[in-house]
Order: sequence, then C-alpha cells, then structure tokens
Amino acid sequence: MQESLSKRCTVASDVVCPFCGTLCDDIEVDVKDNKITDVRHACRIGTAKFFSVLEEGRPTKPLIRKNGVMVETTVDTAVKKAAEILKKSIRPLLYGWSSTSCEAHAHGIAIAEEVGGVIDGTTSVCHGPSVLAIQDVGCPSCTLAEVKNRADLVIYWGCNPMHAHPRHLSRYTIYPRGYFRERGHQDRELIVIDVRKTDTAKIANKFIKVDYGRDYELLGAIRAAVNGNEINAEVVGGVTKEEIQKLAEKLKNCQFGVIFFGMGLTMTSAKHRNIDNAICLTKDLNRHTKFSIMPMRGHYNVTGFGEVLTWQTGYPYAVDFSTGYPRYNPGETSANDVLQRGEADAALIVASDPVAHFPRKSVEYLAKMPLIYIGPHHTPTSLLADVFIPSTFVGIETGGTAYRMDTVPLYAKKVVDGPKGVLSDEEILERIYKEIVRGK
Amino acid sequence: MKEIILTPKELPDVGLIAETITPDLFAGKSIGKIASLLIFAGNQRKKLGDFFEVAGKSADDASDTRIVIKGDITKVKMVGKGTKAGEIVIEGSAGMYVGEEMRGGKITVLGNVDSFAGQTMRGGELVIKGNAGDYLGAAYRGDWRGMRGGVILVEGNAGAETGLFMVGGKIKIKGNCGTFAGVHMKKGLIIIEGQTPERAGAEMTGGSIVVMGDTDILPTFAPVNEEKNPEIDGEKLKGTFQTYSGDHAERGAKGMLYKFV
Ligand code: SF4
Repeated sequence: MQESLSKRCTVASDVVCPFCGTLCDDIEVDVKDNKITDVRHACRIGTAKFFSVLEEGRPTKPLIRKNGVMVETTVDTAVKKAAEILKKSIRPLLYGWSSTSCEAHAHGIAIAEEVGGVIDGTTSVCHGPSVLAIQDVGCPSCTLAEVKNRADLVIYWGCNPMHAHPRHLSRYTIYPRGYFRERGHQDRELIVIDVRKTDTAKIANKFIKVDYGRDYELLGAIRAAVNGNEINAEVVGGVTKEEIQKLAEKLKNCQFGVIFFGMGLTMTSAKHRNIDNAICLTKDLNRHTKFSIMPMRGHYNVTGFGEVLTWQTGYPYAVDFSTGYPRYNPGETSANDVLQRGEADAALIVASDPVAHFPRKSVEYLAKMPLIYIGPHHTPTSLLADVFIPSTFVGIETGGTAYRMDTVPLYAKKVVDGPKGVLSDEEILERIYKEIVRGK
Repeated sequence: MKEIILTPKELPDVGLIAETITPDLFAGKSIGKIASLLIFAGNQRKKLGDFFEVAGKSADDASDTRIVIKGDITKVKMVGKGTKAGEIVIEGSAGMYVGEEMRGGKITVLGNVDSFAGQTMRGGELVIKGNAGDYLGAAYRGDWRGMRGGVILVEGNAGAETGLFMVGGKIKIKGNCGTFAGVHMKKGLIIIEGQTPERAGAEMTGGSIVVMGDTDILPTFAPVNEEKNPEIDGEKLKGTFQTYSGDHAERGAKGMLYKFV
C-alpha cells in the first residue's frame, strides 16, 4: 500500500475483485482509518461488493438457536455446537463454497471426509451440467490471456456478460489490444447467440436469435455443416439452413475462435447435452482452425472449489464420503438430490445462500434439519440456521486463493481488517475440524 | 435352485447402500453369515440383518441361488451390483443402481426402479415390470463405454438418456421413453414400443434405435428408405419402418433410427 497525499488515505493496488468469475486483478481501493473510501477500475457490481463490508447491521457475533430463538454466543461455543451436530449426523450435507477461498475449501473437504458427509458446491445448480459434459467429451479450452492476445472471433452463447461479468469484454475478449490483435476490437468479431436481444447482443457484430430450448438442435446443425454433412431441415431452432452454413464457414475460417457459454445453455432444455454438443463443435472446428470453449463461471471462486475438490478426491463437485472413500454421481450425490430424497439429516452451509436459491422442496428439508451457517451476511439461510458463525469477506478482509473462470489461480488480497472478533471462513472451519477430531 | 428370502424391516430415510445383496456373495454362506454382510446406512457401517429378516438357504453355487426380496426397497441402492450368476427377484420397487455392472444371471423387479439401473451392464438379464428412472443402461459419468451386453426389458416407461454411450446389448421398453434415448450410442439396440418425445439417437455413431410411437427426429438425421419387417441384431420386427441414418452432426456416423409408419 502507498500513501496518497492528496486524499490522506492508503491505496491498495492490484487488488483482486472477489465478485465474479472474471476475477479482475487490477482494482485500486482507497482506505482511510480501516474503511474503504473509494474503489477504482471495478465494475458496478464489483464496487458494490467492496462497499458491502460497510453494510449496516452486519453480524459480528455468533448466534445459536435456543428454544427457537437465536441468541448471541462465543465463537468457541458455536464451534463446539457445530462440531457436535456434524459428528452426530449420519448423512451431513456440506454445501456452498463458491464465495470463499481455496484454503477454506481444503478445511471443508477435510471435515466432509472426517464426518463421512456429502460435499457439494454451487456448481451443482449452475455449471454442473458443463462439468458432466466435460467429463463425457473433454474440453478444448485456453486461458483468458490467450483470448486477449489471439482471438479474432468471440461467441457468447446463452450468456450476457454486459450484466453478469461486466468487464469480461473489456479485459479479455473484445476491446483489449492483444499481441496479435493490435487494433483491439477492430481486429475481432463478436457473435452473440441467445433467445433474446440482450445488451451484449446489442453491441455484437452479429446476433443470432435461437428459439427457446432449441440450442441443441442448432449446435448439431452447425456441426453437421462444419463436418460437411447435409442438414435435413430448412430452419433449425429459428435459424435458416443458409444462415447456419454461412456461420459454419465463418467459424472454420477464423484464426482463433472461442465460445463462451452461460446458464442459457447449461440450464435450458438439453442442459449438459447442450454443452456436450458445443464442446464437440469446438473439437470439430479444430480440424479446420484453432477454437476454444469456456464456461462463464459465476461466483468468483466457484472454479476454485472444483479445482481443490478434484485434486483431493478426483471429482469436482457432489462428492459423497459416506462409504469412507469418495463417490461421485450428480443425480444421486448432489445437494438437491440428497435433500429431496430426504437423506440428509444435518447441513453445513458455507459462503452461499441455498435457502434463497434452492427449489422449495429442498428448502423444506433444510428447514427441518440442524443447520450450521458460515458467511459474512444475514441471508435467508442464516435465518433458518441453528448455528450461525459470521465470517470475514475473503478478498477484502482476509486474503485467500481464488481461481478465475479459466482455472488460473490468483491471490485475493486483504485490504482492510475485518470487524473485531470475526474470524475468516478458513479459521472457523479449521476450528470445527479440530473440534471434530479432538480426542480421536 | 435354492432360495434366500429377505424381508425388509423398517428402512431408514438416509437410504442404504447394499451392493452386498447379490447371489455371488450369498452363495455358500449360512443365514448368519449373510445377515452380517456389510450395508451402509449413511456413514454408518451396518449389517444386512439390521434391515432385513433373512430366511431360507443358499446354494454353494451362485448360479443355483435365488434371492427373493419381499417388499419395497425404494430406499436401497445398488442391489445386485456386479451380479455374475443366479437370480434376484424384488417383489416391490427398488432404489438406484439395480443391476449396476451386472455380468450375468437375472434380476426381476416387480415394481419400479430409480435411476441408473443396469448402468454399464455387461451381461445377464434385467427385467423391470414397472417404470425405470433416468440413465437406464447408461454409462457411468465420464465413461465413453456404457452398456456392453445383456438385455434390459422394461414393461413400463423409462426416463431420459436411456442407453447413454451404449456399446452393446439390448434395451426394450414397452412403454414410453424420455429424451435422448441412445445418446452417443455406438453399438447395440434400443427398442421403444411407445413414444419418445425427441432427440433419440443424438450424437450416435452406430447401433440401432427403433421407435414404434411418435417422435421428433433431429434435423441431423437423414432419411434412407422404407423397410418391411426388418431384422436387427436378431430381433424380428413387424411392420413398415422409415429408416434414418445419423447422427450426422458427427463425422462418419453409422447409427440407424427405425421409425414405425
Ligand atoms: S467484472 Fe467481475 S471481477 Fe471484474 S470488477 Fe466486475 S464483478 Fe469484479
């Protein structure tokens, strides 16, 4: 940090933004008296995240449910209670993880293994289908730096980065000048394929409107055209055969193409088969030119959880330790499936808010079981919790490793101290783990 | 044939993993030994006898052993996993993974089965009198070789991705089938006597799928000709069928789709 005389505050530079999977690492944060006073370079949502540490009424004391009401307690008591719940449970669910550090993940996985639980990340309800497809057919991908320096054709399919990953286009894909793309966006072409004309589609060189739920057919038809096969329909998914053939030619003749895809592909109609077909299209295109594909991962460290879990267990999400060794099969061992079949009997939720985002049936089960919640905010999940241990913000009040959407790890810095007495997710989980194994 | 009768007691909500229920492990064991076989209830290591009354007698040889389960075991997973010989009859509905990795013998379920039944099956016979869930006779996640041999017969309906990455064997469904039947299929035969909404044979490169009822055919399939009473993999079909080749999203695909007309 350096003193900025004009503002009489310290400036933290090259700060990593802990909000979305773009993981911008060029943020500047002004700090005065341990308070964030200004944030530069970040987009609107990133800036809001930094200022959210100042949120009024932020919980700083652990809470425990006694006779139906949450009462303040010490960290020690809360940790003990949490360990007790997890030890007693015969099918605990450990869920969340996308908005905390890899260091915290490691402790969480250790707990899951120790208590024979099911550990699952938010990937499960987000890019889980992408993972299934990648396991089925592979994934020719690249880093965002390669895109920045080389790509001359960028496709956003079923995603709207102008709103969800606001700096994605300016940092990596369209606007930056790259080594082989000296004129920036003039050297590149942007194609957006979506069911509606999004704000990203408005700035695209070409927008292709696909009928809702027909992405799979359109992908197949583009593949057929790329592979020199006949398409047996005049219109596929609302796009004419002629247009599909023209698009296939364009894809084959670029120098370095890349497809970015989002929930519009993973969570509609064919789900993981959409991704499967999109990956196979990328593979087919590599017979003609260089092409890559990448999921637009949402939360800033959702990728990191997959990485840590994979190097520890061999599987990226939905891992079941109940038999003593890791088992994996989304559909059986994924959070919503374990909940909706009524199997789980306790839950530890870290850095996510399933009560706000899960289907009602899952939430009903969550409400019935002892629930431990670790996170910096009050959320619908914290309201249902039996033990709530507030934590610091990773990347603002605590340092930690996070993985960008292209699986490049970056160290998210600490810029201010957290509220007094509030521990990081990492510390809290480590203490719960120690409490569980104590006396073993 | 000698019979072992398992009568379920009260089964816990957390579900059981009971891959030990197979004639291969029961053969040559006393009732007491069978009752002490390992079963997982959540993270608890339990005994089979904790959840089932065990009666009858097992033969020395698995092929002479029949296991009869008297009642509903919807909460029990992996029954008959890896069965090589002998018989299992489930007189109710069963949970996930019935007959997973089965290599021989016969499993009959009088009720319904949950998803992943007959996953990566290699031989034997799996008969389901009720409905099957998703991923019937499919590949394990990430495997590019699904069902390799044997026969699965479903008298009711089946779910999505039936026969995913199938490389051999036969699946017959008397009722309807979910989307993506035979997705990525390379070899083998799927017969759907009812309807399947759409995307049958998606990304298939070989093998055959027969659909007697309604279906929407992918635009990447090409009509070939009309065939009368075709014989596919030893199955004689009655009637006239429009044949399609595909899925031509793939290069050099040789899959065949038979649509009853
Ligand atoms: S694009 Fe994402 S990582 Fe970058 S500043 Fe905005 S929210 Fe933060």
